[in-house]
Amino acid sequence: MLNEQIIMAGFGGQGVMSMGQLLAYAGMLEGKDVSWLPSYGPEMRGGTANCSVIVSDTPVGSPIVTEATAVIAMNRPSLDKFEPVLKTDGLLLINSSLIDRKANRNDVKVLEIPANEIANELGSGKVANMVVLGAYLEASKALKIDSVMEALKKVFGPSKEHLLPTNKAALERGAEIAKNLK
Amino acid sequence: MAKVLMKGNEAIGAAAIKAGCRFFFGYPITPQNELPEYMSRELPKVGGTFLQAESEVAAINMVYGAAGAGARVMTSSSSPGISLKAEGISYIAGAELPCLIVNIVRGGPGLGGIQPAQSDYFLATKAAGHGDFRLVVLAPASIQEMTDLVMESFDIADQYRNPVMVIGDGMLGQMMEPVELREPKKRDLPAKDWATTGTAGRNYRNVINSLALDPAELEKHNLKLQAKYREIEKNEVKYEVYNCDNPDIIAVAYGTTSRIVKNVIGKCKEEGINVGLIRPISLWPFPYDVINEYADRTKAFLSVEMSTGQMIDDIKIGANGKKPVYFYGRTGGMVPEPDGIMAEIKKILGGAK
Repeated sequence: MLNEQIIMAGFGGQGVMSMGQLLAYAGMLEGKDVSWLPSYGPEMRGGTANCSVIVSDTPVGSPIVTEATAVIAMNRPSLDKFEPVLKTDGLLLINSSLIDRKANRNDVKVLEIPANEIANELGSGKVANMVVLGAYLEASKALKIDSVMEALKKVFGPSKEHLLPTNKAALERGAEIAKNLK
Repeated sequence: MAKVLMKGNEAIGAAAIKAGCRFFFGYPITPQNELPEYMSRELPKVGGTFLQAESEVAAINMVYGAAGAGARVMTSSSSPGISLKAEGISYIAGAELPCLIVNIVRGGPGLGGIQPAQSDYFLATKAAGHGDFRLVVLAPASIQEMTDLVMESFDIADQYRNPVMVIGDGMLGQMMEPVELREPKKRDLPAKDWATTGTAGRNYRNVINSLALDPAELEKHNLKLQAKYREIEKNEVKYEVYNCDNPDIIAVAYGTTSRIVKNVIGKCKEEGINVGLIRPISLWPFPYDVINEYADRTKAFLSVEMSTGQMIDDIKIGANGKKPVYFYGRTGGMVPEPDGIMAEIKKILGGAK
């Protein structure tokens, strides 16, 4: 039974919040119960940002994730802060482009993704979040990439439709890396 | 309508507009700013008016005026801002005008912080201003329920000519969940023949007022208000009873906190402890009778709140001495963690044996 409890974290501007919203949106489109809870507070520009996403086959109780099934760390402070919150056998995704250390935990599954490098190869540094999201989807099998694409289409609207192919490529590259790392 | 993913604060706005609210007066404060922002963008599109007032005091008095003219109107704020509105809320209640006041509660007292809290329970249910009056207070626990209650609150306000407060916290305001805007059950609403809409077609003036210098008159007015409140108590109690067949203990929690308790219920089941939940949805009128009924079926109650214990008094009134009422809470913007609640439950049940 699906009950994904994910924490996504990074610094402001890395698309952490949108990545979480897209996942929740995709979950909704697949008929799952979902919630998206952002951290909010007096943050400065470039400060930390994180959100908790729950995608479940059963109604969501508390939207707060206290024992994560997956943690996506886009930068070093996020890894330091949220690695301990991960459940045993949980999934830890590390953006190795920006994080200079290995995982401390050895009771979890670790995926190192050079997200920024891949995003740059694809021609837009902005899609680093999509690379990691693609890797997460492949490793967790929680939702389909197609659902995320459908969600993206709705979020972008007609004016930004031209951005879809790059995002799709990023999701697929992320998924491919996750597959090969297995 | 298909479900959409919406932020709590924005969903309140969407629901209000759908319910026919065309006037919003407010003043910014975290953590509810997405609501006025949404209204500033969306109200003009439907011919409505959004106005950012010079202060909370001004905003609530604009609500007073618009409500007096018969409009569907609302304001929103967070705790310190609601304190500022207190005088106006009392006037509105005294003049018997319908409106919606949204309070996305933050930690206090004073300016406090901006993280989620439930420390305005006293304010909302007992003392939203001076004088002998009541607000209908509704406390949703999900974004879907928030939109349902916001839509219904305008009808409740119109039916009883009474202000309604919808109370949430920063977490409900900021989080996103799937919602579908659904029409509430149709109510037979009285015509607003008291509104100050000009004298065209009649030979008398409608007057909106809360001043009554003759004590005999003012007492009469108060008794009329009280009769109305008894009617509301009879008709408008809302609550959810969850997992209360044969419970060892019943937790009582509302809003965000009730969702954390639901997680705790699952965890406790794994350890063979059966925890029930009574979730007041209307904080006033409070579901006293439900608490009283379930007092016969449980060993104890546990009030779980994001405050130092404000709802516990009402649970005690409901339990009427039949069973002990315990308390667990965090405050100041701290959110109770499942482990903390569970430890408290074990402590209580261990001691009760």
